[in-house]
Amino acid sequence: MNTIQRNMSLTGEPPKTINTQQKIATVIGMTGLFILLLATFNVDFPAKTLWLSIALGAINTGIIWFSIAAYRSKHAGIKNDGVYFKSISGRGYLAWVLGLALTGFYIVLYFYPQYLGLTREGDNTGLIALFDPLSYLLSGNPASQWFVYGTLYTIAILAFGVKFMLKYRHNRYERLRTLSVMFFQASFAFLIPEFMARLNSDSFSLPYYDLKNIWPLNYYNFEQYRVDSFISAGDIGLALLLFGIASIFIITPILTYKYGKRWYCSWVCGCGGLAETAGDPFRHLSDKRMIAWKIERWVVHSVLVFVIVMTTAVVHSYLGEDASKYWLTKDVFLLSVGVFLTLLFLGIWFFKRKELEKDARYGAIGYLTIILILIGMHFTAGKTLFLFDAETLRSSYGFLIGAIFSGVIGTGFYPIFGNRVWCRFGCPMAAVLGLQQRLFSRFRITTNGGQCISCGNCSTYCEMGIDVKAYAQKGENIVRASCVGCGICSAVCPRGVLKLENGPLEGRIQGNEILLGNDVDLMKYVNKN
Amino acid sequence: MEHIVIIGNGIAGVTAARHIRKLSDKKITLISAETDYFFSRTALMYVYMGHMRWEDIKPYEDYFWEKNRLELRRGYVKSIVPKETTLLFDDGSHMTYDQLIIASGSTTNTFGWEGLELEGVQGLVTKEDLEALEKNAPNKKVCPHAVIVGGGLIGVELAEMLRTRDIEVTMLVREKAFWTSVLPHVEGALLSQHIQSHGVKIIHETNLDRILGDSNGRVRGVVVKESQEEITCNLVGITTGVKPNISFLEGSGIETDKGILVNRKLETNVPNIYAIGDCAQQRDPIGNRAAVEAVWYTGRMMGEVVAQTICGKETAYNPGHWFNSAKFFDIEFQTYGWVQPSSKRKDYETQFHWKHQDHTKFITLAYDKNEGTFLGINTFGIRMKHEVFDRWLTEDRSIDYVMDHLKEANFDPEFYAHYEHEIRSAFKNKTVTA
Ligand SMILES: Cc1cc2nc3c(=O)[nH]c(=O)nc-3n(C[C@H](O)[C@H](O)[C@H](O)COP(=O)(O)OP(=O)(O)OC[C@H]3O[C@@H](n4cnc5c(N)ncnc54)[C@H](O)[C@@H]3O)c2cc1C
Ligand code: SF4
Ligand code: SF4
Repeated sequence: MNTIQRNMSLTGEPPKTINTQQKIATVIGMTGLFILLLATFNVDFPAKTLWLSIALGAINTGIIWFSIAAYRSKHAGIKNDGVYFKSISGRGYLAWVLGLALTGFYIVLYFYPQYLGLTREGDNTGLIALFDPLSYLLSGNPASQWFVYGTLYTIAILAFGVKFMLKYRHNRYERLRTLSVMFFQASFAFLIPEFMARLNSDSFSLPYYDLKNIWPLNYYNFEQYRVDSFISAGDIGLALLLFGIASIFIITPILTYKYGKRWYCSWVCGCGGLAETAGDPFRHLSDKRMIAWKIERWVVHSVLVFVIVMTTAVVHSYLGEDASKYWLTKDVFLLSVGVFLTLLFLGIWFFKRKELEKDARYGAIGYLTIILILIGMHFTAGKTLFLFDAETLRSSYGFLIGAIFSGVIGTGFYPIFGNRVWCRFGCPMAAVLGLQQRLFSRFRITTNGGQCISCGNCSTYCEMGIDVKAYAQKGENIVRASCVGCGICSAVCPRGVLKLENGPLEGRIQGNEILLGNDVDLMKYVNKN
Repeated sequence: MEHIVIIGNGIAGVTAARHIRKLSDKKITLISAETDYFFSRTALMYVYMGHMRWEDIKPYEDYFWEKNRLELRRGYVKSIVPKETTLLFDDGSHMTYDQLIIASGSTTNTFGWEGLELEGVQGLVTKEDLEALEKNAPNKKVCPHAVIVGGGLIGVELAEMLRTRDIEVTMLVREKAFWTSVLPHVEGALLSQHIQSHGVKIIHETNLDRILGDSNGRVRGVVVKESQEEITCNLVGITTGVKPNISFLEGSGIETDKGILVNRKLETNVPNIYAIGDCAQQRDPIGNRAAVEAVWYTGRMMGEVVAQTICGKETAYNPGHWFNSAKFFDIEFQTYGWVQPSSKRKDYETQFHWKHQDHTKFITLAYDKNEGTFLGINTFGIRMKHEVFDRWLTEDRSIDYVMDHLKEANFDPEFYAHYEHEIRSAFKNKTVTA
């Protein structure tokens, strides 16, 4: 009677297609995108301000209306019905189309901005020209491909942020942290740098600076042109430069100690912001296997080593040799980097060796690599490091990590690999925060006694690919370097087993052979062994 | 090397196997007729609802078994011959054991209604049931209407599953409100309300009379006992509880009643044969616990215990304070200690109920009205800490103490609204209901 082949892993049929309101909303949103597409193909819009407003307005309206139509009539609660059956979220046809479209967009954006209408001499054309009015309004300058991207990026976070908040309207943690990323994106990443650009004049110029974008995520922060212009911009510039340094060496450690890396990764960061909002429908696609975890640790820490070496080489390349001119010479700099890393490494080794076990070996390898390279830098004259010069390092980092990894793969492949591929495998900032979170932070996810039923919801919906249930079913706190504290594992758990908490360092990581609920004497007997 | 054979790769059998491996080097074989690998039975619903794929509900990755030298054998054990310490499989092969743990779980409990054999009549316990459901109710075109018999945990899960595909659901519930064989009436009534708000039609105080079939042997409807009313439907979900899966033990000499009879050490009447999990029945029930405890947690606990005995440290099954949990559509439920339904309530037990105005958060605290001792809590929509209640129950805390310290037990996510203050003042104002 039933001739359809039914395969258990992907059987179900979508409960229902989208409702009428959602269809209308889709049309409106698509119209907005279509206008942008027309502009890309050089259709000339006479009243640019009007058409740009219509396009952006339509995209916003489309997304928000769609979300309201999707969730308003439903009960507050978890909304994962049919996630694996839908083409878009189940790696179906739509997912591939979207993935390819996004990837294509990133390739054009990074490598062929001329197709978007970027013109070296003279006025912009095409899509970029359409954004000129907004750019003039904000910064007083014509638009660039980055301005177009920044605007669309911000809209995505804001509109899909509204969607996310509707979806999780029963969960105050989720709502608040989404408001937070929306705020940081709209102000720090988008508006403030544009306004800052207004301050620039012939005699005063600050580089584009998103204050919440911290080195090493902001890998170019200490490049010569930026440092030069910070310094030449007087007190404000110097303050910004110092803030950049303090962000990574003072602010970050303190906040990460108190709250875990989530303060950044899921409350502030723009990459995290996009992943959590526009990327939310794809969070279950992350790979949970042990092998993925192994690859993750190698890759993300290699990127960290790469960025440290690259930045050191770049700074090294523009410092002077003569201590009488300026105290910070090439050698002083290399030595201080070396001393800093040595102290850091010894400190970790001394205090945390027990907890690290195997990881300590990897740490040692990374550390040794960097130190050897530093020595290499010292002995290779001038601008070259072994065979590469600092500039080559910088540009290959920018190309491989900054463009390909974070953009093309990280975002373009949301519908295929999940929404946090970049954050998990590629982001050096996440690596730094993660090391600290694992070793020296009050944050952990606690488990509720013996209540876990090993259902797997938590692991499935962990965007970082953490096998949360492996811990929960052992009654062990989850203290993982990669956890961004998104709180979704806790939200989707049907038995109320997981809670994100900040608490004392003592006893933060401990497991139980026998879970709560059994004979107390047996628990004591077994668990102490 | 001693060979430990375990029939059943559910939570009970797997927990026993894991612990035996931790404690010893014995050869361990896990047998299952159902699946190659252990899966979480409690998560069956999420596969149908599209929240997870089959591989997502396996608690361990496939490499786990070989790495821990746990041998897996797919096959159905037809009978056990204790004299020869041998198991016979239905394919004719056999296997010998030195010690045998039976962890064969449960099957759907039915009441011998007419029409049970019809196509489209099914329970929801096994992987096979899940596959059958996918065939019987793939969407609302094939299955516009379903009737679920029995208002319990599996029934509400089945209702939630079917609703995700927009299938109309009618539930026949024997009691006046949902699951009042276990819950106080107030809570059952609030749950009925919530379930109905999800588009499920509940007919209270009704029983199934018989199931009607069409000429192709497919179900076409049911008849309700009380009204003799006929309800047309394409699927009948039987969720009137589960019963131990022990039919293959006939003639083995292993004593059974409802389940396999075991003593506190989980030993059956036959030496070297143990029974744990859903299929085991305590000869003497422990405290308020049922003789057959068909929940995930007790299966796990028995597995933990029997492993000790098998590895030389004789240990009695001596469970701590009762706890359990469930979810009814959007409402999470946890319980610690005992809050009895009216049918089982002793006269010294008083209950205090509190409900939030939105009717999705409510709790009941039970206490001894003479001594003031706290007996247990049911909490809906507010997560609470297992450890804290377990400690308070051990310490025999008073209801006043619990009320004053309720905040310590809160386990809701950060930034959630707190209701302890409201609950406490309601209690102090003596809006106490019995
Ligand atoms: C839909 C559903 C939802 C549930 N939700 C919850 C919940 O939320 N919380 C909770 O606490 N409990 C829940 N339960 C109950 C819980 O799943 C069971 O108590 C638990 O799985 C029992 O584990 P077990 O190891 O005893 O047996 P099972 O998991 O049933 O495993 C027994 C295995 O043995 C196999 N077997 C039996 N006989 C033979 C034989 N002769 N030869 C070979 N193999 C054999 C069976 O095929 C089966 O695979 C739920 C049950 C169901 C069905
Ligand atoms: S473990 Fe939980 S909080 Fe951490 S990243 Fe995964 S889902 Fe988010
Ligand atoms: S979602 Fe909750 S119950 Fe399910 S495996 Fe994770 S912690 Fe356990």
